[in-house]
Amino acid sequence: MNTFLWGGLPYLVLGILVTGLIWRFRYDQFGWTTRSSESYERRILHIASPLFHYGILAVLAGHIIGIFIPASWTDAAGVSDKTYHLFSLIAGTAAGILAIVGIVGLVYRRRRYAPVFRATTKNDKFMYVFLVGNIALGLWAKLSHADYDYRSTIGPWARSLFVLQPDVELMTNVPTAFQIHALIGMALFAILPFTRLVHMFSAPVKYLFRPYIVYRSRDPKQLAEGRTRRGWESVEP
Amino acid sequence: MRVMAQIAMVMNLDKCIGCHTCSVTCKQTWTNRSGMEYVWFNNVETRPGQGYPRRWADQEQWKGGWKLDRRGRLRLRQGGRLRKLAEIFANPVLPTVHDYYEPWTYDYANLHEAPLGDDYPGARPRSLLSGRPMEIEWSANWDDNLGGATELGPQDPVIQKIREQVGEKVRFAFEQAYMFYLPRICEHCLNPACVAACPSGAIYKRVEDGIVLVDQDQCRGWRQCVTGCPYKKIYFNHRTGKAEKCTFCYPRVEVGLPTVCSETCVGRLRYLGVMLYDADRVTEAASVADDKDLYEAQLGVFLDPHDPAVRQAAARDGVPHDWIEAALRSPVHALISTYRVALPLHPEYRTMPMVWYIPPLSPIVEAVAETGFDGEDADVLFGAIDTLRIPVEYLAELFSAGDPLPVQMSLAKLAAMRHHMRAINVGDPVDEDVASAVDLTAQQIQDMYHLLAIAKYEDRYVIPTAAAGDARRLEESVMPNECSVGVVEGEPGPLGDDSGRRNLPMVSLETFHLTRKRQTADREEEL
Repeated sequence: MNTFLWGGLPYLVLGILVTGLIWRFRYDQFGWTTRSSESYERRILHIASPLFHYGILAVLAGHIIGIFIPASWTDAAGVSDKTYHLFSLIAGTAAGILAIVGIVGLVYRRRRYAPVFRATTKNDKFMYVFLVGNIALGLWAKLSHADYDYRSTIGPWARSLFVLQPDVELMTNVPTAFQIHALIGMALFAILPFTRLVHMFSAPVKYLFRPYIVYRSRDPKQLAEGRTRRGWESVEP
Repeated sequence: MRVMAQIAMVMNLDKCIGCHTCSVTCKQTWTNRSGMEYVWFNNVETRPGQGYPRRWADQEQWKGGWKLDRRGRLRLRQGGRLRKLAEIFANPVLPTVHDYYEPWTYDYANLHEAPLGDDYPGARPRSLLSGRPMEIEWSANWDDNLGGATELGPQDPVIQKIREQVGEKVRFAFEQAYMFYLPRICEHCLNPACVAACPSGAIYKRVEDGIVLVDQDQCRGWRQCVTGCPYKKIYFNHRTGKAEKCTFCYPRVEVGLPTVCSETCVGRLRYLGVMLYDADRVTEAASVADDKDLYEAQLGVFLDPHDPAVRQAAARDGVPHDWIEAALRSPVHALISTYRVALPLHPEYRTMPMVWYIPPLSPIVEAVAETGFDGEDADVLFGAIDTLRIPVEYLAELFSAGDPLPVQMSLAKLAAMRHHMRAINVGDPVDEDVASAVDLTAQQIQDMYHLLAIAKYEDRYVIPTAAAGDARRLEESVMPNECSVGVVEGEPGPLGDDSGRRNLPMVSLETFHLTRKRQTADREEEL
């Protein structure tokens, strides 16, 4: 069981994530959007959305630092374990609270305003359960095990996945809260390509580098008859 | 010099009767879909009025278009690239649906299903956003024909600006004297701010014809374009989460047909034709220091197809031969550059718009006639244009960044045309001085009259086809030599008379033009 959870499942999730993204990119670019509801309601979104997004980006950065920077590196840099964990606790909790406050505001807004609620799909609700649940779980795991040294267990395990030699043993004695958080996190990655969360993969970084005005020639392929793509089907019966 | 070609439009506001036919036919063609209920690629605004969406022209509020930074370089009014990305999670200046209007339907089922009773059942309005009953309080042309102007008129951003300059007394005198219609579509700008604002790079300007389009597959719904466009002509489809905009009816234009709004215009006031311009000079022209110089700067970007050097350069830069030919006959080039009666809408946004307007003279003629003077006498009219200061100022705020001179010149030319043509029609001696007073020759005035007043279909729309260079090959691909059916000229070919197919109408171009000729000719001998 442990071997499957911590040695097999991560690769399965990665596989689903990658093939899911490729599938979505090839067959459903038309559905690849933020599906913004800002035009329905602006007041709460203006506060809650940046709170959540900046919070979750900070959380992501924290995970990357925690998992991919080995303890030996920070030691070498002269950062004591105590300082590191204090920083991790304060910054991590702050980021987590930002994200939680933001997403609670967003979910409240979604329920409270009829147009936004009507634009919420089953897929969205399903995704929200995982997203909200996992942020809460992560924060709970962090706060209930404030002095837990994840850098000697979870970190090395996560790194071992990337060198294709998963060290399953490292995860067996990790507190349950962290285990559940990791499992639901993997579930979140697995459903990611099939939900609106895909918009995170189109973060428009290249906007910083392209010229302002975009010119494009008519695509000769689009002049001739081609296969109808999603969203372009004839509306005639 | 890098010559590029663009299909541009000119609208003659003198003829617009505000019937909204263009808006309705456009909507039927392009935006009669869920998520697009509030979207009007073409709308007609009454001026003075707030426009659609409300107060769109107030860029202090909406932050659309370009401005010059302290070093005199162009930048988006909303902010630089980093700022835009930092604000991407909630666009601070996005108009909500309430700045447009909440779309609704009626509870028609109730008419059938209400139980038998003493009262007639009614169909209550129901919001298409929330699904709940709603009060209808606003729509796309709620202030049509100055409806509610005493209350709403002062909210027109242009009126506000003029009142600051001229004073409180303007308003009522103004409203008694003046009203006109302003049909608006996407400007298909040379320096489009929506394109520059799109983080995904999904909006592009087409090289072949300058039409600005949104790639629906690449759009990720960041909504920056809605803010970027100062004309608020990019709309967010709230069902699909993608931006959509006026397409200049590119499937029609590609086969040489005018846009739906032009084709169905009752007043025949729209003109379509090719403009050649120097793509290398666009940024420079959009960056001139004084807003009031932008009109002249944009004129300077346009190239004269009658200049052989320009034609040579155009051919060198890949402009197809029939496009250069079309540019020579372009009614749009004539009205913009030759006669200089057409003016750009809000040039101060620095987007270099490509849908231009001939300012309306009629209200001035009316006002003069009401005072008992001859409304078509050149001296009276010239005087009236200047003394009716307020309309000219209003028009100047719309069409020349507040500089009254271009508007006065344009109106003077229209007045001179009326005077000149009346002299011809009633047999008075023609006074050549009137023409030369407005920098035109008598012949030019008569040509302009032909274009503006007679306005034949063939003269209003000079549209080269997208595939003309390819026409022979395309025809052959659908009608191979060995085809046994054969085509008799003037008779329907094997593919029928019109576009009964799902995609582009692949009819033989000759049949197509013959058919069109048959449908539009006035006399039998023209066939």
